[in-house]
Amino acid sequence: MEELDGEPTVTLIPGVNSKKNQMCFDWGPGEMLVCETSFNKKEKSEMVPSCPFIYIIRKDVDVYSQILRKLFNESHGIFLGLQRIDEELTGKSRKSQLVRVSKNYRSVIRACMEEMHQVAIAAKDPANGRQFSSQVSILSAMELIWNLCEILFIEVAPAGPLLLHLLDWVRLHVCEVDSLSADVLGSENPSKHDSFWNLPGNTQTLTELELKWQHWHEECERYLQDSTFATSPHLESLLKIMLGDEAALLEQKELLSNWYHFLVTRLLYSNPTVKPIDLHYYAQSSLDLFLGGESSPEPLDNILLAAFEFDIHQVIKECSIALSNWWFVAHLTDLLDHCKLLQSHNLYFGSNMREFLLLEYASGLFAHPSLWQLGVDYFDYCPELGRVSLELHIERIPLNTEQKALKVLRICEQRQMTEQVRSICKILAMRAVRNNRLGSALSWSIRAKDAAFATLVSDRFLRDYCERGCFSDLDLIDNLGPAMMLSDRLTFLGKYREFHRMYGEKRFADAASLLLSLMTSRIAPRSFWMTLLTDALPLLEQKQVIFSAEQTYELMRCLEDLTSRRPVHGESDTEQLQDDDIETTKVEMLRLSLARNLARAIIREGSLEGS
Amino acid sequence: MEEIYAKFVSQKISKTRWRPLPPGSLQTAETFATGSWDNEENYISLWSIGDFGNLDSDGGFEGDHQLLCSIRHHGDVMDLQFFDQERIVAASSTGCVTVFLHHPNNQTLSINQQWTTAHYHTGPGSPSYSSAACTGVVCNNPEIVTVGEDGRINLFRADHKEAVRTIDNADSSTLHAVTFLRTPEILTVNSIGQLKIWDFRQQGNEPSQILSLTGDRVPLHCVDRHPNQQHVVATGGQDGMLSIWDVRQGTMPVSLLKAHEAEMWEVHFHPSNPDHLFTCSEDGSLWHWDASTDVPEKSSLFHQGGRSSTFLSHSISNQANVHQSVISSWLSTDPAKDRIEITSLLPSRSLSVNSLDVLGPCLVCGTDAEAIYVTRHLFS
Repeated sequence: MEELDGEPTVTLIPGVNSKKNQMCFDWGPGEMLVCETSFNKKEKSEMVPSCPFIYIIRKDVDVYSQILRKLFNESHGIFLGLQRIDEELTGKSRKSQLVRVSKNYRSVIRACMEEMHQVAIAAKDPANGRQFSSQVSILSAMELIWNLCEILFIEVAPAGPLLLHLLDWVRLHVCEVDSLSADVLGSENPSKHDSFWNLPGNTQTLTELELKWQHWHEECERYLQDSTFATSPHLESLLKIMLGDEAALLEQKELLSNWYHFLVTRLLYSNPTVKPIDLHYYAQSSLDLFLGGESSPEPLDNILLAAFEFDIHQVIKECSIALSNWWFVAHLTDLLDHCKLLQSHNLYFGSNMREFLLLEYASGLFAHPSLWQLGVDYFDYCPELGRVSLELHIERIPLNTEQKALKVLRICEQRQMTEQVRSICKILAMRAVRNNRLGSALSWSIRAKDAAFATLVSDRFLRDYCERGCFSDLDLIDNLGPAMMLSDRLTFLGKYREFHRMYGEKRFADAASLLLSLMTSRIAPRSFWMTLLTDALPLLEQKQVIFSAEQTYELMRCLEDLTSRRPVHGESDTEQLQDDDIETTKVEMLRLSLARNLARAIIREGSLEGS
Repeated sequence: MEEIYAKFVSQKISKTRWRPLPPGSLQTAETFATGSWDNEENYISLWSIGDFGNLDSDGGFEGDHQLLCSIRHHGDVMDLQFFDQERIVAASSTGCVTVFLHHPNNQTLSINQQWTTAHYHTGPGSPSYSSAACTGVVCNNPEIVTVGEDGRINLFRADHKEAVRTIDNADSSTLHAVTFLRTPEILTVNSIGQLKIWDFRQQGNEPSQILSLTGDRVPLHCVDRHPNQQHVVATGGQDGMLSIWDVRQGTMPVSLLKAHEAEMWEVHFHPSNPDHLFTCSEDGSLWHWDASTDVPEKSSLFHQGGRSSTFLSHSISNQANVHQSVISSWLSTDPAKDRIEITSLLPSRSLSVNSLDVLGPCLVCGTDAEAIYVTRHLFS
């Protein structure tokens, strides 16, 4: 059993007396359902629980924040751009691209921060204002951590430029640093100070820098030892600061807002050419000296410390615990993975950390009614479990309009998820049939290439025809086009309608041969044969002979086929007799017509041959 | 096309429409309306792109669009049209059609009129009442025509409580869009690839004409009529194909142009420059089709700083400036003369572009990536 990283928080459910009654719960993809049961801890169970509600508990409320939504959407675009970066780019160009991506992410965070800050100021309700302000500080912390990770892990600044980056970092996040630099610049050696930091980066090597600094440092020490500034204690303490004396620095604690500010200042004056691997030593001691045993480190401090120690996994782990939303860790880990910094740290179920975090984040997006579309792209870039996760999630998106269904189907089709396409189309087609929208139902079966459903729809049409004596939705049946080939029944429907049309246009010969072919080619369902034969009656009774002798023989054969193999229905005797009556009358009429037609056909064919 | 401004607005945009300008006005478009979809709470919002010389409280800069007002809308906004300067008609996925009124003095929107059961599968009288989404709405003051997933066509008149005319079961499939041809005639497109023309002067429930594609019955999603030539109609289909039809002649399209890789959601002729056509699609792109022939000759490897252009036909570029003939350039099928320049307007591929609108030199579009893009220099 793993040990807990922190104490679990307790959430009270309003309206439920948890001391008296037990609650039941169930997990969802991103939420939990909770309700009160009738089971009582001590006494006998009561009839009805006192609280009639089911509660949904969400851990991730950020997903519902209006302003953070912009963060999710903009970072989605950056994420996609990052995935599409040419894999073959190496070296400097790749690094500069990755740094640019990192800066893009950070600017998006800062834009969100700005907006939330404006909203916090303008909030009328102080509780709301406080909530927004705390969100702002969370975002600010996120940007702080990201910036540090960018400097240490992505930019990978070597000794020399490293401190410049760290200075910028602190300057960006701590406003009070300006007052301190004003103090320093007001010292006796501003020119030496300025020129020292005028590093273009290329023209001086690290050793030259070190030598220069050594020289300057020794000069300062000499001034201190010579007590040159003994008359002015202010200047003396300034000198001590410039020598990197920790005690002197700590005296100015009010100006240094936090330990990392102290750290960078200290490094500036004691070891400006610090190497990245030595950072953690200074970081730990700075933290201890600054806190001075009065307070314990906060989560943010631990995260920054882990970063200084170049322990990426620890950084990510601590961030995952501290933040309520997977956005930050998912995107940061993905970026670091692109920098090839994460070893394939295998977790229990086989996928690596980057994929795990992206899956968690994307699943969280799917729990939102609107942001699920973003989640799709994240699943695409999870090679092991992404596709399977997407298949499961996409089938569960509620489809309340056809337009939304079309978007979901397009997503499935683009990824060749034929099973999901078929199942979604079937649901929609079934819904359409229930609403009597047979054209829509057919349209969905065509999209899914679902022959079985097309057959179902055709059977509905045929049944309607038998009941009403005419076709409904002629605009559909007359214009089936190539879709007719989707299923035999559908083809039959189209052809049958064509027969009616031909009859209406008095093209009797064509209609007759079509009717015959419908029966002999066996695409007509057996149940319909009687109807077809009855349809043949008016043709048989025409003045002119339409069916040839051959065709009449075929018709008679069909009729015999039908009557000889009539199955026995389990109906009551009287009904059976009535049905039989009607049936026998029909059959007799048909037989008579066929015989008469046969006679006339033989005579006509015989005569033609003769003359 | 130079500046196109994007703004993330925390809601997926289903429709964007410019507010029409007063006739004879020399101003450019300033205000547009948007509708959202797929949220637990959807909104109709009005935005302004007026010149804000200084930074305003939001930190926006000139060219950025600002929210004027918004109002809650029940259900997804399936379609949106300006009825006149102050009134907006919205079609909802709950089958309700609402007319919103904008009050410019205090910048608010309010509900002016509502037909709550405009579209339904089983009627409000029966116990198993089930609503159907209203998919398209078109206005021609004072008439409003709506179509929906129930295959029903409604003709409303503003300030009349009941529908003036209803054609039940006009179509056995879903009607996706509707447009006016001439005033008593409308044209609808459906999900089995048919165009149907309905004449409200006739009493029956049958269309006066049916046109359809040969071959596969691909559903058609959008339709727009040429502003000057009322027999020329463009439709966009589920396979991203753009079709141009002449409704006077025959039952088949005049030209079929392979366009997008996914559903084409909207097609618009430019109202004052009808040689320009705009389409947007589920594949995340927005295309500008330029069929005007009075442009100076360009080489076939034409690039204009960042946007991509492709030519459609193989005409050689030694063609003299062809005098614009009376026949619409969209209908001419002569491959030697046909040259359509296609430009993609969005800087990068995003999620689906659901809607666009053009007015003068201004274009606005909305996407599923919750962004609205505006440009005021379409023809630069």
